[in-house]
Amino acid sequence: MFDDLRDLYQEVILDHGRRPRHGARLAAFDASAKGDNPMCGDRVQVFVRHDGGRIGEVGFEARGCAISIASADLMAEVAAGCSDAEIHDLAQRFRELARSGAAAGDDAAIERLRPLAGVHEFPSRVKCATLPWHALLAALDGKGEASSE
Amino acid sequence: MNVTTRPALLDIEAIRAEFPILQQQVRGRTLVFLDSAASAQKPRAVIGAMVQAMETQYANVHRGLHWMSERTTEAYEGTRDAVARLLNAPDRHEIVFTRNSTEAINLVAHSYGRGVLRPGQAVVISEMEHHSNLVPWQMLRDAHGIELRVAPVTDAGELDMAALEALLADGKVGLVAITHMSNVLGSYTPAERIAALAHAHGARVLFDGSQAIVHRRVDVQALDADFYAFTGHKLYGPTGIGVLWARRELLEAMPPFMGGGDMISSVTWERSTWAEVPHKFEAGTPAIIEAIGLGAAIGFVESVGYEAIAAHEAALTEHALARLSAIAGVHVLGRAQDRGGVVSFTLDRAHAHDVATLLDRQGIAVRAGHHCAEPLMRRLGVDSTARASFGIYTTQAEIDALAESLLRVREFFA
Repeated sequence: MFDDLRDLYQEVILDHGRRPRHGARLAAFDASAKGDNPMCGDRVQVFVRHDGGRIGEVGFEARGCAISIASADLMAEVAAGCSDAEIHDLAQRFRELARSGAAAGDDAAIERLRPLAGVHEFPSRVKCATLPWHALLAALDGKGEASSE
Repeated sequence: MNVTTRPALLDIEAIRAEFPILQQQVRGRTLVFLDSAASAQKPRAVIGAMVQAMETQYANVHRGLHWMSERTTEAYEGTRDAVARLLNAPDRHEIVFTRNSTEAINLVAHSYGRGVLRPGQAVVISEMEHHSNLVPWQMLRDAHGIELRVAPVTDAGELDMAALEALLADGKVGLVAITHMSNVLGSYTPAERIAALAHAHGARVLFDGSQAIVHRRVDVQALDADFYAFTGHKLYGPTGIGVLWARRELLEAMPPFMGGGDMISSVTWERSTWAEVPHKFEAGTPAIIEAIGLGAAIGFVESVGYEAIAAHEAALTEHALARLSAIAGVHVLGRAQDRGGVVSFTLDRAHAHDVATLLDRQGIAVRAGHHCAEPLMRRLGVDSTARASFGIYTTQAEIDALAESLLRVREFFA
């Protein structure tokens, strides 16, 4: 019935959407920002803890669809260990992945995010996937709030 | 709950044949359009009237001394008569054309709110307002020192009348502005009782009729309303045209909303004087073609008849509530006694957006999100809902298709 939707809702997305591993506020964090999609009401707040100049851990609190929760969770997973500059680069490539279905590079991080590429066929859902990244960048840049608009 | 025993007052196949879009295929399936509360589809009568106006009798209104302008003015003003008849307004000059309900309410918030209400007075809205009947009053509150009070809804999704009365008790309320039918819960509000209560406490009353007028006959005199707003595009008409009805003495007392052409009596460098109502509130070239389309839409609705529409939609709503409530994991919001063809629901383990995407894959269009009613969502303790809404062309088979598709969606997210 939904064979054509398996591109959008791959098993990894359903799994992380249902049981996010990083879906909690960190006990200690040094950066945080909220993201808001006013069109659909999705909200996310990300928390970042740096360890020795690199990201030690990312956690988030969110309300939203399976796509946005899974995207936030996979983002938190791949962000750990990255420098802020690497996050900026990765975020840019992920946005490209969500919008066009393809992204430069074959590093482990972008490969881990590739199951979300299916959103590019659903224009109204692209922002669901990119919202957590807007929030993460806002946190790293010291802005309190991000919007997917 | 056997709905098939109701008399068939409405020839559904004949009505569906009037809506060309219903023949469209979406994703390889015949469109099941359950999003009429966001915007309704258009019958041939509306499409044809707009095309015909542009092809045969188009010019600007109210200013040409030539044949084309006179014919166009007649058609445009003919819609004013049609609206007056639709609402049973006592005076056609009480019909103001706006872009939509939002603009109609903003007009009242601006012109009545700043021109007539005084700082220290209060406006009462309800917890189940669309943002269009909420944000204009917040803006008035912040700009003009008006207190904004919010009447709660009960857990059943009905307006809490006792709480409303308590909010009116100190006599400070100048205006009660409340929806006539919730766009989320489908609940009707008891408009006659609200008007009587407001008047007893010295307040005027505005109804946001965006949803209600689609589903049942509205008689502003029987309701004893002071203001009534609705939009054309939900009533099978085009976008870009809405209506504010208000008692003439209120319109006379209100300053203009926007300045420009068509709303003046005379203009000099020193001062301008205003045209008579309703033109005082219709600055600039109006939505001429859209107004003509609205006239055709009203004609279409009246030719079907509100009694038949109401019976048809009551049967659909009853059927939808029965079918959806029978699905384990589906939760219908609200259980108002008096409700119309709008049903919001949630599905366990699945977010409304995911539900909507999966339904869309089966050719079923529903709305998902906060429905421009975020405070109500918080009141109901949900982030978002999926919403199926019905129109004159909706069939029981379409509701069955929704119910069956929801079973598959539930399985997908199990």
